Amino acid sequence: MSPCFNGLVMVSGGMHIPLVLEGPSPKTISTIGGLHQMLGLHEYGYAAVPRDSIQCLPECSSTNKMGASFETPCGRSLIKPVEYIEMISSMRPNLWTTLADEVPAWVSDKRNKTSVDRTVKWLDECIAKSPVNVAGGAVFGSIVGGSTIEERQRCAQEVAVRNVSGYWIGGFGLGESMDERPPLLNTVTDKLPEGKATPYFWALDYQNLMNLLEKPDIYIILLKGRFIVVEEILQGVAAGVDLFDSVKDTTPIVEGCSCYTCKNHTKAYINHLLNVHEMLAQILLEIHNTHHYLGFFHSIREAIKEGKFEQFQKKFVQSRRDHLAASVTSV
Amino acid sequence: MLFLFAASSSLRYPKYSPFSAFLALSSLLTGFTHRLWKQNFVMALSFEVLGRFNRARAAQLTLPHFVCQTPLFMPVGTQGTIKGLTTNQLEEIGCQIILGNTYHLALRPTSELIDELGGLHKFMNWPRALLTDSGGFQMVSLLHLADITEKGVTFQSPVDGKPMLLTPEESIQIQNRIGADIIMALDDVVKTTITGPRIEEAMYRTLRWIDRCIAAHKRPHEQNLFGIVQGGLDPVLRDICVRGLVDRNLPGYVYFPSMNSVHVQGQNVIGLNSIQPFRIYAIGGLAGGEDKDSFWRVVAQCTAALPEDKPRYVMGVGYPLDIVVCSALGADMYDCVYPTRTARFGTALVPEGVLKLKHKAMADDTRPIDPTCACMVCKNYTRAYIHCLVTKDAMGSQLLSYHNLYYMMQFSRNLHSSIIEGRFPEFVCDFLQKMFPKGDVPEWVCNAMEVAGIDISSCCAPCPSSQD
Repeated sequence: MSPCFNGLVMVSGGMHIPLVLEGPSPKTISTIGGLHQMLGLHEYGYAAVPRDSIQCLPECSSTNKMGASFETPCGRSLIKPVEYIEMISSMRPNLWTTLADEVPAWVSDKRNKTSVDRTVKWLDECIAKSPVNVAGGAVFGSIVGGSTIEERQRCAQEVAVRNVSGYWIGGFGLGESMDERPPLLNTVTDKLPEGKATPYFWALDYQNLMNLLEKPDIYIILLKGRFIVVEEILQGVAAGVDLFDSVKDTTPIVEGCSCYTCKNHTKAYINHLLNVHEMLAQILLEIHNTHHYLGFFHSIREAIKEGKFEQFQKKFVQSRRDHLAASVTSV
Repeated sequence: MLFLFAASSSLRYPKYSPFSAFLALSSLLTGFTHRLWKQNFVMALSFEVLGRFNRARAAQLTLPHFVCQTPLFMPVGTQGTIKGLTTNQLEEIGCQIILGNTYHLALRPTSELIDELGGLHKFMNWPRALLTDSGGFQMVSLLHLADITEKGVTFQSPVDGKPMLLTPEESIQIQNRIGADIIMALDDVVKTTITGPRIEEAMYRTLRWIDRCIAAHKRPHEQNLFGIVQGGLDPVLRDICVRGLVDRNLPGYVYFPSMNSVHVQGQNVIGLNSIQPFRIYAIGGLAGGEDKDSFWRVVAQCTAALPEDKPRYVMGVGYPLDIVVCSALGADMYDCVYPTRTARFGTALVPEGVLKLKHKAMADDTRPIDPTCACMVCKNYTRAYIHCLVTKDAMGSQLLSYHNLYYMMQFSRNLHSSIIEGRFPEFVCDFLQKMFPKGDVPEWVCNAMEVAGIDISSCCAPCPSSQD
């Protein structure tokens, strides 16, 4: 039974491509030549992470000392570190995170403590068992600890002394509140050496993304495409445009957007495709949404480089509030 | 005298579009004046045969939106889209004409909306040619209580259950609004259970309806009205029908021979019974061997009876084997949901026949679908990867649709060039050899090729005689 896994891409260009597989055996993936060959996307980097908050959810009640359990569309899977390493070796991603025991916010302290112990143990196993050149891929140590400051600290300290290229801060998006995250994050990042990458993978929907961006931390976020599209996000006015209303609108989704969908199609056509449940609707929307988010993160990077992130954030938050206020009064 | 005729024509047809003016002028200049004299000016296409082999022909079909090469295959884009493929991809693949279903489009988003937004080409941003059907077929096959009177087809509205009527005029008006390069006349549709004088009545009614369609057609300079030949084995009725249609000087002719089964919305398979002279619908099993025998005979008889200088479109033919046979017999255009539908079931078209990607054996197969295929899918993806996708993700069927359509387009291009380059028989033999490596070419194919004058003895194990 092939385990499920998720990979998402995060390269300097800011590309992310989520993928879920239940499928070709590691041997077959190896024969094909790894992820780059199999997916036919050679110019991208790939990051492999065991979980995704939509298709491959950590199932902590089934996780045990042998391995981590995940709930997937194909059923529940238990993955042992050695099996995980086998998959990683066959996929040859550019970077990969170690297997972790992620628990939701409401577990007991004892369970939370166990999760940290296991995660560190598996980290050591993953590093020990991985062949010298897992395709030259960088290994990122996983840090968990639930919603407890102490356990987060402890885990971070343990992982900080291991020989890894970066850190994956896991265990979020599993029931803790928005407000709890910044202090937990800060606790972890305090313990980690400067100069190493600290990506923070997490699936969110649009609403959460917008909320998060109002906080003063920097994060990289993966989003699953939906029917709601983002309008004028680069100007900081973030609004979901519901295409179900655009029966006769012959303008593109976003005027001036250079994505394939906006260069070639009108809201009216996409509205029709949505009404008749045609696959092309999702394809066109996902093209636009992805393009838009990539552009958005490009703006964030530019703002940081120029030392103007705070202004960017303020502007974004303000225009979003204005837009929300306007849409409320117009109803 | 020709100029007088031209002048009086332009007075009679004030909506003389620049396109048809160009056609008329170029015809004059290139010396087709005699033919032009005989034809009525109101055509929005030109059809020029570039090469032949016996009955088979390769031609250039010039439509308002695109210059096409025949034989050609038209994918079906029922609701203004081909399942999951962008118009960009369709161009990449080489699609020349796409078929849209009038019935579905009239329902959603409505022909009025399409018209308001500039026509279907603009609505879906498809720069090449489009073809719409009359809407009649879907009505009879999809809806309950379809009944046919002299006025038109009455049916129960799927929206609110009210009785509605589709007249020939209405069908043409809807198609005028949609704006396709080729439109279909509404024809009488007779159920298989009917026998006797009703059949003859239906044939004459179809001819009366063609006249009503012609009268109702508001855009003859931009849209070509094709008439439907009732294919069948009754030579007398068939002859009357063909003569009637040819007299009306339509830009092109369609026939809907029996034998291809059409799955409609998961209902019983609706097959067409070739014994009856008309396009009628039988609920039953998939067409078997004997139907193929009737099928090719119908096609052969119709191509023999129709004018040489007009395109001949055989509806519902999609298996590559059927296309080869029909092309050998003199047909030019085909459409079918088969390539895209079979893709959604995880089946790919290959020179040897089909490849079922859902099969377990595909899970470890790291070859492309077809090593000889140059499409994007075969250049980038393995069978193993597509195997995973086809059951779990829409992406799988999208990739297969892409490949299957590319396969059909490449196939049509090969057909066209083999005729032009004078190697059509070799192409046919090569095709049959790949598909039937043991030489077990079906009898009906042998018989059809004999009539078409194509020697396929090199690829058949001793061909069964027609007496068997």
